Parts: sequence; structure tokens; C-alpha cells
Amino acid sequence: MKKIEILGMGCPKCNQLEDRAKEAVKELGIEAEVIKVKDIKTITDYGVMITPALAVDGVVKVAGKVPKLEEIKEWIT
Amino acid sequence: MKEWQKLALAVFVFIGVYLIPWGNPIIRQSGLEAFLMLQEYAREHVLTCLVPAFFIAGAIAVFVSQTAVLKYFGAQAKKILSYSVASVSGSVLAVCSCTVIPLFAGIYSRGAGIGPATTFLYSGPAINVLAIVLTARILGWQLGLARAVGAVFFAIITGLLMAFIFRKEDTARTAGALYLPDDERTQRTLLQEAAFMLALVLILIFAAFARPAEGSHGLWPALFSAKWYITGGLLIVLVWMLIQWFRKEDRIAWVQSTWGFMKQILPLLGAGVLVAGFLLGRPGHPALIPEHYIQSLVGGNSMGANLFASVAGALMYFATLTEVPILQGLIGAGMGKGPALALLLAGPALSLPNMVVIWSVMGARKTMVFCSIVVILSTIAGMTYGWIAG
Repeated sequence: MKKIEILGMGCPKCNQLEDRAKEAVKELGIEAEVIKVKDIKTITDYGVMITPALAVDGVVKVAGKVPKLEEIKEWIT
Repeated sequence: MKEWQKLALAVFVFIGVYLIPWGNPIIRQSGLEAFLMLQEYAREHVLTCLVPAFFIAGAIAVFVSQTAVLKYFGAQAKKILSYSVASVSGSVLAVCSCTVIPLFAGIYSRGAGIGPATTFLYSGPAINVLAIVLTARILGWQLGLARAVGAVFFAIITGLLMAFIFRKEDTARTAGALYLPDDERTQRTLLQEAAFMLALVLILIFAAFARPAEGSHGLWPALFSAKWYITGGLLIVLVWMLIQWFRKEDRIAWVQSTWGFMKQILPLLGAGVLVAGFLLGRPGHPALIPEHYIQSLVGGNSMGANLFASVAGALMYFATLTEVPILQGLIGAGMGKGPALALLLAGPALSLPNMVVIWSVMGARKTMVFCSIVVILSTIAGMTYGWIAG
């Protein structure tokens, strides 16, 4: 099962990214869990400085912007 | 929001509505002031100042490469460059205050260290383009300029002091890789991007061009009488640039990010104006808090007044931009110019909620030293400005 992490301390864009990631999972119909990471230390441990960011199985894919739905689909398949 | 929080809020609002003596003349006057101040903002500042500024902020967020800035915060970056970039990059990176903390934590624990990290933390929230534009527009260009210069200058001193005080511990940090986003080069040249930004800034300047003093001659009155023609001409140039140089998705991204900032900031700013109007009133119009309280606490330019303004600013939480209407009310009620700058410097950089987060990132001792430095430097800056501006 894929682990999709949304890194962000709760800004509006983080919620937007979370919604979009869930949408991608749903449309692809794959087994994946979407987890919100709000703890600043965990976020820093990923080396992310600009939120929101998205990590798939512990690998950061994007930081500082909300990617397109198609991009998220590519990363999680 | 959890259910019990909703209930608590409902009870709180009910008690307020039930108990406040709305018929009391002072409360009536204050309520009226709140809406008069909101209308003043709507009529004077929203279309000519805030809206263009939001479009600039949106353009910065979408078109300026974050990677180009972030690489100066890495562990290997030259120290002088780290400090200089940290002191000014808030203008590009920190339009939303929620981006400041992750950046600070990243620079501190993974990147260039405690010096540049605290430099960024001090100046970041103070020098974003919206804050400077609105400060200059509403509180006067002198205070806007003093805020920008003061933030950059004192941020570097803060960073250097922190790096010096904790020079031994700084080596113990875990150095690690920083995730840098891919640098997406666009099809536009640097010159084109600079011209685009310049057009936006010029539109803002001319749309917000203030009426010159009566009886003055020369360039300013001539520019003022032609301001709408110039603004219109610039808008045509801007549209041409957008059609010629930008792809459709760039234009959409720009509008979306501008709209995002507006949604996020305008409601809070509106609420801030109402609260400021209710408590303090417009300049020359008293409201709920009697003016002699303000004057005795933060009037003049004494050390006590400046210190009080710094400490109050450091503890209070200001949502993005709301510090401006609150200060407008305070200055109107008799706050000195020095204490005003002190509050502007210490206010957005620190608040109780963000102290808690900083605490969790760098520990109690460093947080306390940092807060003390911010308060002391802001007090000094306020006194100096108050002395110069008279």
C-alpha cells in the first residue's frame, strides 16, 4: 500500500493539496493512505522548507505549490 | 473545529450580545466608528492600492523562482550571502505568514544555521510586498520606508548576535539534504520578467498616486492630473505583455494565486479594520478606549513607551496586514512615531503562538534570547526613528 504524506502546518493550500491527493487516489482506485503531517520537526526532517509538500513512500515529490491532478496520479501509480 | 469548540463559541457570542450595553452612547459611537473606518478603507484603499498589490504578490509567488533563493540557505552557502539573502528574501517568500515557520525551521536545522534562520524570522513577515505597500499608503511613506529598512538592518544584527551567542552549539546540528524544487525555466527572458514586474509596480504607484499639496508646482501636480491616463496606458501595455509573453496556464496560475491571497487575507483585514475602528476609532474620532490611556502608555518617544510597544507587539498576534489598521487607530489616538515603528518591527516577527513553535524548533534558551534581542532592538529602532522624525 502506498503512503502519501501531505506536509504542511495547516495553511489553506495544504488542505487543497490533501483534497487533490485524495481525489487522485479515488480516481485511480488504488490502495493508498493519505496522511497529514503537521509536526514542524517531521516536515524539516524531509528537508522541506516551503509548504505544502507531498511525499510518496517517504520521497518528496513536490514542495511549495499545489501540483496538478495528473501529476499526482503519475507519482502514485 | 470540534463540536465543543463550536458550543463554547456560541455561548461566548451569546453572553457578549446579552450583556454589552449597546444603547450606551460610547458603544454606539464606537460601533459607528468601526463601520466608518471600514468604509474609508473600501473607498480609499481597496481598488487603487490593495488590489494591484495582491496582483503583484500573486505574480511574485508564481513567477519568481523559489529554488534560486533557497539555494542561498544551504549549509554550504557563503555566510555573507546567506545573511543578505535571508534579510531581504521575505519580500519574495513570505507573503503568507504560514510559510515563514517551515522556512525558518529548515534553515535552522538543515541549512545555513541559526544566524540566517533568525535573520529570516525577524525580517520575513515585515517586508513582504503587501505589508510595505499598505504601511506606506496608510501610515505614510516615512514609516513604510523606516519599517522596510529597519526590518532588513535589524534582522541582520539579530542573526549575527544569535550566531555569536550560540557559536559553540551551532556545530551540533544535524546537517542533511534540503529538498529543492526543480527550477522550471520558462520561455520568457529575464528582461521580459523584469519588464512585467516593473509594469505592475508602476500601475500600483500611479493608481495610488496621492494628491500633491495645494499650490505646489512642477512635476508632481502634472503627474497627478495625468495619473489615470498613465495608469490606463500601463494597463494596455500589461495586457499586451500577457498576450505576447505568457502561456495560458501561466495566466491562469497568476490569477489563481492572486485570488488565493485575496481569499486568505481580505476577510482578516476587514475584521482587523472593524476591531481597530471599534476600539480606537479613526484619527481625530475617539471610540471605546479613551485617548489619554493611549497617550500615557505609548505617547511621545520615551524609552518606556518604546519598550511597552515592543513587548506588546512581540506578544500580540497580528494576522497578515492587520497591524496596519490597528496602528492607524493607535497613532490617531496619540501614539508616538517611535513606539509605532517599534510595534511594527516586533509585532509581525513574534507572537505568543509562534513563540511556542520556535520553542519546539530551537529550545527554550535560544527562543528567550531571540525574543529579548527582538524586543531590545525594536525599542532602539523606535527611539532612533522617533528622535529623527520628531
